[in-house]
Amino acid sequence: MQLDNLYQEVILDHYKNPQHKKLNPIFDAQVHHINPSCGDEITLNVTLDAGLVKEVSWDGVGCSISQASTSILTDLLIGKSLDQTQVISEAFMNLMQSKGTEIGDAELLEDAVALAGVSQYPARIKCALLGWMAFKDASVQAIAKNS
Amino acid sequence: MPSTSALNMSFDASVIAQDFPILSRKIRDGKRLVYLDSGATSQKPNVVIDAQNDFYRLHNAAAHRGAHQLAEEATDALEGARQIVASFISAHVDEVVFTKSATESLNLVAYAMGNAQKGNRFHLTKGDGIVVTEMEHHANLIPWQQLAARTGASLSWFEVTPDGRLDLSSIKSVITEKTKVVALTHQSNVLGTIIPLDEIVKRAHEVGAVVVLDACQSVPHMAVDVKALDIDFLAFSGHKTVGPTGIGIFWGRRELLAELPPFLTGGSMIENVTMTSATWAPAPKKFEPGVPSMAQAVGLGAALTYLAHIGMNQIHDHELSLTEYLLNEFSTIDDLKVIGPRDLHMRGGIVSFSLGDIHPHDLGQFLDSQGIAVRTGHHCAWPLTRKLGVPATTRASFHLYNTKDDLDSLVAGVRGAQKYFG
Repeated sequence: MQLDNLYQEVILDHYKNPQHKKLNPIFDAQVHHINPSCGDEITLNVTLDAGLVKEVSWDGVGCSISQASTSILTDLLIGKSLDQTQVISEAFMNLMQSKGTEIGDAELLEDAVALAGVSQYPARIKCALLGWMAFKDASVQAIAKNS
Repeated sequence: MPSTSALNMSFDASVIAQDFPILSRKIRDGKRLVYLDSGATSQKPNVVIDAQNDFYRLHNAAAHRGAHQLAEEATDALEGARQIVASFISAHVDEVVFTKSATESLNLVAYAMGNAQKGNRFHLTKGDGIVVTEMEHHANLIPWQQLAARTGASLSWFEVTPDGRLDLSSIKSVITEKTKVVALTHQSNVLGTIIPLDEIVKRAHEVGAVVVLDACQSVPHMAVDVKALDIDFLAFSGHKTVGPTGIGIFWGRRELLAELPPFLTGGSMIENVTMTSATWAPAPKKFEPGVPSMAQAVGLGAALTYLAHIGMNQIHDHELSLTEYLLNEFSTIDDLKVIGPRDLHMRGGIVSFSLGDIHPHDLGQFLDSQGIAVRTGHHCAWPLTRKLGVPATTRASFHLYNTKDDLDSLVAGVRGAQKYFG
């Protein structure tokens, strides 16, 4: 069924076993983001070290898409340079806006390509982006703090 | 023109559904549309669509302006619709104000009170009180929060009990001698709870406060008589009442509308204008600046005529029987928790629920894949869902065109979702 494009196995796995979903009390920046249309909420902590993303931890409530997307984000971005995280984030946002016309660069986005199906459901794109917008916000704040 | 269904003596939702062309649409790869989101907006019968179209095709001109035949026809159509609305809620015709939405109606009364000068009975200042409830839709909460912030008045509220009723045990300490306004919903858009108004209205009037009723979820589904309820102001929307979008109703007691200052100002709401000042036309004109939503008002008139033909008591009974059926079916599903009253006492056709660990968005998406339209989220009543400890719920809401088949589809869909996400 078409729904399986949305709920890929990878997504349901991350939903059931979310990665790094426990807030580390030590962080450079902490942000709290809300999706006002559905009430999903996320708190996300970022720690940087010499231009690298040393740690991302988070907690929150939300649907499988928002939870899985944030879990995938942590696996993908921890250990990367800030420049790399920007390239990956932009590629992910472009994929979400693609209305189902793109499958995503699996080498760059890894598990996040499983979220490509979300781009066919306009109401769900915000769910997939919740963690990513939180990371963007937190990393900017962490850079400001460290500079 | 009466519909085929309206001519039937007995209520048959499946026949009524035939009056609503969208309900015969197929969606999501040929699935039958099961529309259970009337609490958000209702579907429209042919008579409403035709009435709007006919206005644009045959009668369109600016009502109350112009000395030509079309202007006369447009004026007659608009004022005819006003009369229909008045009869529908047992009001006087000059007490019925057309707005663009119920949200505008509620903002109108809140902003108008904020415009009241000292000496006017609606003047609010520090020391005065505004009372709402924890189960308000944002549209009947935020305008009052803002009015309190602008005037220095305090905002207090009735709390909600765990079973989704209003806690009136401390009514005398919530509505006090300081209270000037009590603004509350008639029926919760999340829980389906109908509010017992008698005690609240009595207490409000005892202390000289006015009662503003958000009737968005009641007027479309049951007989509402503003005189019998003894309330002071009321708001409802056209689009939830099988009418068009872009039209709302604001009703107020004649003597109160006379004292309430205007909110929006401009053309046609005036009596006299100089370069430095203006005086106001009597209500309802005082509250209707600009060319009104005429086609929408005419569409709403057709909608209310249609509903009245079928009978509001029959519609309410039908929705209650659907609610009873669904609550029974839901009680057989593991992990399904109804959020709101589980009995039929003082209740309307809205059932909110949670389903184990399955997030409402995911459940809603699965149901959509089966052709079933429900609402998910906090339903614009975030303080309420937070209070009840559920960040979001799934909501099925009914109208006169829903059938037991629709509910059987929903129940099958819910079970299917448990398998899919299990």
